Amino acid sequence: MTALGKLLRTTAFRLALAYLVVFAALSMVVLGYVSWHANALIAGQLNATVNAEITGLAEQYRQGGIRKLVAVVDERSNRSPGGSLYLLTTFSGEVLAGNVSAAPAASLAEAGEREIPYQRTGETTTAPYPAVVRVFLLPGGYRLLVGRDTEERERLSAVIANAVQWSLALVVVLGLAGGVFVAKRVLKRLDAMTETSRTIMAGDLSGRLAVTGSDDEFDRLAQATNAMLDRINELMAGLKEVSDNIAHDLKTPLTRLRNRAEAALRTATGEEEWRVAMEQVIAESEGMIRIFDALLLIARAESGGARGQIAEVDVAEVARGVVELYEPLAEERGARLTVEALGQIRVLGNRELIGQVVANLVENALNYGTTDGRPGEVTVSALALGADARLVVADRGPGIPPQDRSRAMERFVRLDTSRSRPGSGLGLALASAVARLHGGALTLEDNAPGLRATLTLPRAADAVLAAAETPKLASPRPAAAE
Amino acid sequence: MTSAMKLLIIEDDREAAAYVVKAFSEAGHVADHAVDGLDGYARATEQTYDVLVVDRMLPKLDGLSLIGRLRAEGAKTPVLILSALGQVDDRVQGLRAGGDDYLTKPYAFAELLARVEALARRGGPAAAETVYRVGDLELDRMSHTITRAGQDIPLQPREFRLLEYLMRNAGQVVTRTMLLENVWDYHFDPQTNVIDVHVSRLRSKIDKGFDKPLLHTVRGAGYMIRDGAR
Repeated sequence: MTALGKLLRTTAFRLALAYLVVFAALSMVVLGYVSWHANALIAGQLNATVNAEITGLAEQYRQGGIRKLVAVVDERSNRSPGGSLYLLTTFSGEVLAGNVSAAPAASLAEAGEREIPYQRTGETTTAPYPAVVRVFLLPGGYRLLVGRDTEERERLSAVIANAVQWSLALVVVLGLAGGVFVAKRVLKRLDAMTETSRTIMAGDLSGRLAVTGSDDEFDRLAQATNAMLDRINELMAGLKEVSDNIAHDLKTPLTRLRNRAEAALRTATGEEEWRVAMEQVIAESEGMIRIFDALLLIARAESGGARGQIAEVDVAEVARGVVELYEPLAEERGARLTVEALGQIRVLGNRELIGQVVANLVENALNYGTTDGRPGEVTVSALALGADARLVVADRGPGIPPQDRSRAMERFVRLDTSRSRPGSGLGLALASAVARLHGGALTLEDNAPGLRATLTLPRAADAVLAAAETPKLASPRPAAAE
Repeated sequence: MTSAMKLLIIEDDREAAAYVVKAFSEAGHVADHAVDGLDGYARATEQTYDVLVVDRMLPKLDGLSLIGRLRAEGAKTPVLILSALGQVDDRVQGLRAGGDDYLTKPYAFAELLARVEALARRGGPAAAETVYRVGDLELDRMSHTITRAGQDIPLQPREFRLLEYLMRNAGQVVTRTMLLENVWDYHFDPQTNVIDVHVSRLRSKIDKGFDKPLLHTVRGAGYMIRDGAR
């Protein structure tokens, strides 16, 4: 019962039912039209036949009077047992000639066309047949009846009615069967999909909907759903990795913070010692806040949430600005920081994020891009290459070995060489996330020697157009970075 | 240094609010506390405050809507938004909603104090002056010249803007992030001491060779330019 109820509630079944009703109605209309026209046609034929008879009889009557008419009617009555009907009577109703035995007297009283029941001469046992007749009043009180059996018409009507019944029955049966078949097929696949979805919802994210390979709408739905599940899986894996890393990399400073506080409680005596301990605790917590901020920013950038503040950004200006900001610091550390960024290179993006990424890369280069004993040498350049804008931060330090480069862009990865130096291990991950947010990429290359980090961003569309029209910038200003 | 300010802290975390109210009173200011958006809105419309400190996520009426209502009624009281959300977009949203400054949690109280004091002073007379004076140091905003004891001091354009910002807030603590925001227009937190290096460069230009230093480092907070004699 529930299975039937389910079947009846399916969209497929309801659709099939609706089509069935429409088709049945349509076949009714067609058959009705056909039968109406066939009837009209047959009636026309009957009329024509009767008219021809009458024309012939009228001719005979004109030539030979009533005598001739009686002879002709007699002759025709005997000639055609199936076809036409004739009856010639006197005024009183006495039959002179004809093949109709029992015609109602009233039907002969007046001239005109009518339908009457009749019986043939010699046939008494059968029931009267219907016929179309025409009655004429002749001079001398004679009455002539000429008619035609309408049995053919009746038979045709019966055939049509039969056809209507059968076809209707056929339409209903086939339609119902088709509806049930389609609905069952659809139900089966939908049920399979629902079942798989349930197991996936229950936690088994590895489940996938079956794809039959027929490339129908169910297959396409299954494929899209599977692609969505793959994406969800990826995100979940990423989330798990991040939470593992967060657990590790935030617990480390938390432990340090706790240890410091405990040590201070245990051993600190004077106010100065308390103060130092408190300051260390604050510094430690600030480091953690920084990690949090970076993580949040990466998460927002990766989910596309930070795209909100999109405007035209001149990355050449960003490069000059960041270098100007860091140049005194570089000088203090005995490093050389130079910029190569001419004119304007516009991209659509978030100036804050791009600026922060370039600043991170410069800080990285200043922190790690030095080989002991040699002064650091960091170059920031901005250039336009076709449809791309490139921001390059290059140093002459030890660089990153090729096998470690893609790993270096993951969150919290700190290569062994940099573990001893300060840093959260999020700088390159953030740079990479921001690049992807802008539809670009971060690439790490060998600067022979040193590291060359390139942030590739798509240029603003109209900027590319303008550059194509005027290949050379009118007057590139030299970078103003001391 | 500054005259006492009257502040309204709209913050649903009572403990955090109590700490901030106490810290403000230690700094010589008077701070009221409202626990939710509607309470805060009522107080802000009934009384006059110098600065409102509004948490972004509040019960009953959220921070941005509250600011929106006040601004719609023509209230010009400076508003500092406190938010755990932080980051680029949220800041822009907050400022667009009518906030005047934005600070992300967790923050150092020194940062909050410096920013609130800067907001209270913003509409003050210093903003309109063309010549800033601190002791014998003079900065002319029209001619872009700096003199100390009558002696010309040449500065790079960025150093000029740095000094200009410090002098506009003379006698007040200015934090590193305030400098980065107002002089460089970046809102991130540099992991290195870039700002310190810029300030010490500036200091070597305006203080070196003069017996009285004007540009002071305020430990744990930032910098302040003032005439030490006062």
